[in-house]
This record gives sequence, structure tokens and C-alpha cells, in this order.
Amino acid sequence: MKDNNNYGILIVGVGGQGVLLASEIISETAMKYGYDVKKSEVHGMSQRGGIVSSHVKIAPKVYSPTLSYGQADILMAFEQAEGLRFLDWMKKDGVAIISTTELIPAIVTSSKKYNYPEKPVEIMKKKAQNVIAVNADAIAAELGNPRLINTILLGVASNYLPFESELWMEVIKKRVKAKFVDINVEAFNRGLKIQLSSVEA
Amino acid sequence: MVVVVVSADDPAMHSSQNEQDNRFYARFANIPLLEPADSQEAKDMVVSAYEISEIFDTPVLLRTTTRVSHSKGIVEFAEKTEAPHKQFVKDASKYVMVPSNARGRHQIVEERLEKLKQFSEETPFNFIEENGSKIGIITGSIAYQYAKEVAPQFDYLKLGFSYPLPMKKIGEFIKNHDKVLVVEELEPFYEDQIKAAGLKVEGKKYFGHLGELSPYRVAVGFKEVGVLDEIPVAVISPEENMFPRPPVLCPGCPHRGAFMALKKLKVNVTGDIGCYTLGALEPLNALHSCICMGASIGNAIGMERVNNSDKGTVAVIGDSTFLHSGITGLMDAVYNKTKVTVMILDNSTTAMTGGQQHPATGLTLMGKEAGRVDIPTVVKALGVKSVRILDDYDYEATLKTIKEELERPEPSVIIANRPCVLMPKRIMDEPYVVDAELCTACSACFNISCPAISASEETNKHGRPKAVIDETLCTGCSLCAQICPTEAIILKSHFVKVEEV
Ligand SMILES: Cc1ncc(C[n+]2csc(CCOP(=O)(O)OP(=O)(O)O)c2C)c(N)n1
Repeated sequence: MKDNNNYGILIVGVGGQGVLLASEIISETAMKYGYDVKKSEVHGMSQRGGIVSSHVKIAPKVYSPTLSYGQADILMAFEQAEGLRFLDWMKKDGVAIISTTELIPAIVTSSKKYNYPEKPVEIMKKKAQNVIAVNADAIAAELGNPRLINTILLGVASNYLPFESELWMEVIKKRVKAKFVDINVEAFNRGLKIQLSSVEA
Repeated sequence: MVVVVVSADDPAMHSSQNEQDNRFYARFANIPLLEPADSQEAKDMVVSAYEISEIFDTPVLLRTTTRVSHSKGIVEFAEKTEAPHKQFVKDASKYVMVPSNARGRHQIVEERLEKLKQFSEETPFNFIEENGSKIGIITGSIAYQYAKEVAPQFDYLKLGFSYPLPMKKIGEFIKNHDKVLVVEELEPFYEDQIKAAGLKVEGKKYFGHLGELSPYRVAVGFKEVGVLDEIPVAVISPEENMFPRPPVLCPGCPHRGAFMALKKLKVNVTGDIGCYTLGALEPLNALHSCICMGASIGNAIGMERVNNSDKGTVAVIGDSTFLHSGITGLMDAVYNKTKVTVMILDNSTTAMTGGQQHPATGLTLMGKEAGRVDIPTVVKALGVKSVRILDDYDYEATLKTIKEELERPEPSVIIANRPCVLMPKRIMDEPYVVDAELCTACSACFNISCPAISASEETNKHGRPKAVIDETLCTGCSLCAQICPTEAIILKSHFVKVEEV
């Protein structure tokens, strides 16, 4: 795929979904490819079910480690409503890669004040041009491990980044525990097959 | 002596109790200040900080912010050098701060500051980037990155060694530009000093001093000044009315049992900082103060002494926090005979910050064997007569014990010692399930705020949702089962047996 020379990626999810590992893998792959990379996230409460977001910036020279609203080329969301929450960080023609995972927090269950949006993916499709909804839960279940959503979405995202498959594989092998390498490689490859036909890849 | 102090400020308070600018401590103490703006500088400045400390015989403050500390970038290493080991050399005039010696030292501090001013003019950490612009930006730390990102065309004076400021260099820079703006996060630390030196700059009034800056905020400031036309904007509208997703106590968190009991007793609960601070959030609402680390016991003493409540006051404090700054508070309660009930939530780890070891775990931060402080022994040694140890998974016992201890006319301590379910070991026991036939949708289990419990599709006759438990999240702590009025929550294996019958 054509190299734009400049990528802003926002990865969002809920504590425990592997947001930070995914952003580490993208950053290291970009670094090995030869780009300058900066990433930033705040994860003090990440293990406690709060929102986790990680910014990754890739370019020949990166200054700010954070993005601004409307500047992300790729938005990866491991939970669908979180994708909707952060959609305005994406460029109009950015690619939103959304796992249809639905995690309803206790506060919504116990309080009448709040509602979980109905059909978040449909709302996103109305607001943005390129929304890829991935049933990553189903793919992960097929592969036999529910904790693969992050790697499946990385596979999808790799279609919109210029790095070769081998480079991704090299980093995944280094970053995940030895006994989970094979299943993560498989998850990545499953994601790789998913893309928006309307977007030039 | 070589001393380097690292301090990280948290603009926007991503995980802090207050927003403050620690750069002032350098000025207050008359010591040099280094401010890295990215990972490479953070590494390089640590090395330099040691050198500066040694050369100028001064402590050095290295100050970062959340966005410098919580970001990663590519870092190049230099060759590692070994420093020779030095021994303490006795020198009373320098190390014994009685007035006669201290007066001489103050003189030395003032002379040192003059030398540091000279150094500040020369160090490569304070550098100018010329782009032929009439507009000059004086900036440092992460604000430099934001400004460069949105306006790379301006000239820059980037400050890395920022106390004492290189005032001659700043004066020159201002002279060479039509307009000079100071872009810094939090307080006008550079700006006020530059203005006090009689130089003309602007800054805070465009960028504000609350929260953290961002490329966007800096761009908006530049636009307001009139030096930038375009600012990055979102074209996709933000989604209105999104539900919040606050952090919550984990499924199986032992703190939950303590807060369920405290909520039931309707006592005033002074708190502290740790995972248990989450007991303050909806729907538990069972912790009523969190000022700073170690404040819980002192707060409770004060409240008790003015008889604020007929129900009593309970101070809640974690094991790590108790060892860090709770012991002196408890000593105060004993000494001043104040009737407070202190609940030490001993989950055997420093959970909130990632499961670090502490003096009562018997291990060092690196996981090696260490000495071990015994919390009940410490508490008794302070003179607390009533020390009760319980398991906060046992709801009735927790409730009863707190009630009894609240009756005492003297300080008392309850130690709840069920370990954390996540650290150091992930604990997953047999999960519980909801028998939908028995569930009446009373919502009692919803109100204990467990992420494993959610609303089922099934409803009662009033349309209220029954509960369902996510078996992959449930750790089998049994707290929800203990409070279910219809005994609809049962162990999974038990449920299967019932079905078979
Ligand atoms: C003065 C200060 N220092 C450090 C911190 C960072 N911090 C947040 S929570 C915490 C300790 C939590 O441990 P503990 O009291 O055992 O509670 P737990 O999280 O295990 O429930 C620390 C050190 C802080 N908030 N304030």
C-alpha cells in the first residue's frame, strides 16, 4: 500500500482488553520500519474497568506524542461504544476498525440515568465514511481464546499501514508469551483478511 | 554529595488528587531545575543531572509531567560509564546544620546560584531554533512538542535547564523578535520571572493554567494571539450523552465487602488513596473524603473531636498507605485518646499503582526476600488496645465487627486481610450463577458495583431486569450471594445439580 509518511493512530478499549500491548506492537513495528514513533497513554486506572486510550504517532519526525481531535488516520476500538465515544478524534476519511464487542458497565445497569447506545456501529457508519465492524469475539471464540481481539484488530489495521507482514510477525513473536505466539499469529492473519473494499489498500 | 530528585507533575490529574507545579520547588530551594521534553531528553538529562549535582555540589530537581513520563519514543543510548565509588567525608561546617554552620551555607547557596546562572546561559539544554520568523516562542517540557507540532515555522527558545533561567539569552531572543510568546503548562513559571526581569512577553492569558495543554489548545492560543490561522478541528461531531465508564472495584475485590458493610452502617468514612478510593463512586458511595495519601486517620480524629456524627467515624486506609503515612496518624489517635475506628484494608499489595511490594509483604520491589513489618504488631505497639482481624469476604462478620468497634470509647483498629484477586496472583475460584427463577429483580446485587453482574434480558413482571453473572469475570468471592434476599445466586456446580434433579 501507498506510504503516507505520517500516521496518527488511536487505540481505545476497556481496561484488560490489551490496548497497551496493541499500541506497543504498532509502535515497535513502525520503529523497525524506520520511522520516528511516539506513543502516549494514561493507564493508572486501566486494570479497574475504566476507559483506556493510547495514541500512536508515526512520521519521519514526531513532536507531540498525542493526537488532536479529528487527526487520527486509524481508530481501533476493542469495544463498540468506546469506538463511538472516540469517533470525533478521527479524520473524516480515516478508517475506524471496531470490534462489535459490547461491554456494559455496572453503572449503566444500576442507574437509570445512563443508557448504552443502541447499535453503536450503525451510528458510526452514519457519521464516518470508513467503518469496519469486526465480530472479533466470534473469531476469537473460534480460535479458542477470548483475549485475541487486540491481535485480530491489529491484523485489520495492518491493511492500512505500510509495514510488511514479516515485520509485524517479528514484533508479535517478540511481544507475546511464547506459548501464545501461534494463536496470535493466526488471529493476526484472520484480521488481515478483513478490509473495506471501498478503501484503497 | 550527589543528589538528584525526580518529580512528576500531573496536569489534568489523570491519576492525582491535585494539580500543582513542582517547578516552584527548585526556585524555593535555590537548586537547578531540568525539564525534559521527551524520552531521549529524560534519559540524557538524568546523566547531566548527576554531573551538575557533582560539579556544583548541589541537589538537582528533574521535573517531568504525565505526558513526558507516560509516553515512549525512540531513545539512543550512549556508552555506559562507571563512576568511582566515593566515601562520606566528614565536614561539620557543611553537614551539621546548626545556626553557626547554616549561615555560612546560605552564603554558599547564593554564590552557587550565580554560577548556575552562568551555566544556564551556556548549557546546550537551552537552545534556539531559528526559522527566520518574527515570532519567537519560549517554551519547555511537553509544551515545546505541542507548539512545534502546530507551528513549526516560528523561532524557538527551548528551555531544558530552566532554573535559574538564562535571562541574558532570553533578553537577546526577545530583542530579536517582534513578538515573543511563552508557552508552558500549568503555572506561569517562566513568564513571571521573565516579566519580573523587565522583559516583554505574553503567554498565560492565551493558554490558561488549568489542566494539560495539547496541540489543539496551543493552536487555539496562537490563533487568539493572531499568529496562526488554521487550527486542527474535528469534522466528525462528538457523540452527545455518552454514558460514563468510571473505573470500578474489580470482580472479587475484597474492598467491596468492607464498603458494603460501611454503607449499611451509614457512618462517616474518611478515606485515603488506593483502589479502595473507588468505594466513593456510585452506587457504593461509601467513602466520604480523600484528601491526600495518609490523611484518613487525621481527618477522622478531627471529625471525632468535634463530635460530627452520632454514628461514629471510620478511617479507611490501605496496607501500603498505612505503612507510608498512617502510623503517625494512629499514634496521634492513641496519644490524644480519640475514639476513632481505623480500618486497614490489607490486601497484601499496593494494588492501585500496579501491585508493588511494600514493607509488610516480605519482598523487595525486585521480588527478592526482604525484612517484613507485621502490621498487627505495629498497631498494638502504638498502644491500640482493640485490634480485630477479619476476612472482608465475610459480610456478616465484617458488619458485626465494625459495629462493635464503633461502640468503643477509645481508638480501635480492624484489619481486613483478604488478599487482592489480581496481584501478585490472579485468583479465580468457582463462579456463581443466577437462578433466574428465584431472582426477583430487586437490584441488591447491582448496587454492590461488581463488573461481573449485569442486567439480564429477562425481566420481572414490572419490567425490571433480573441479574446475570458473567462466569468469565466472576472470581467466586460470594459477596453478592451473601446479600441476595432470595438466595438466587448460587455456586455454578450447585446450580447444575439442581437442574439435574
Ligand atoms: C503522596 C502520594 N504518593 C503516591 C501516590 C500514588 N499512590 C496512589 S495509590 C497508592 C498506594 C495504594 O496502596 P494501598 O494503600 O495498599 O491500597 P490498594 O491500592 O492496594 O487498595 C499510591 C502510592 C499518591 N497518590 N500520593
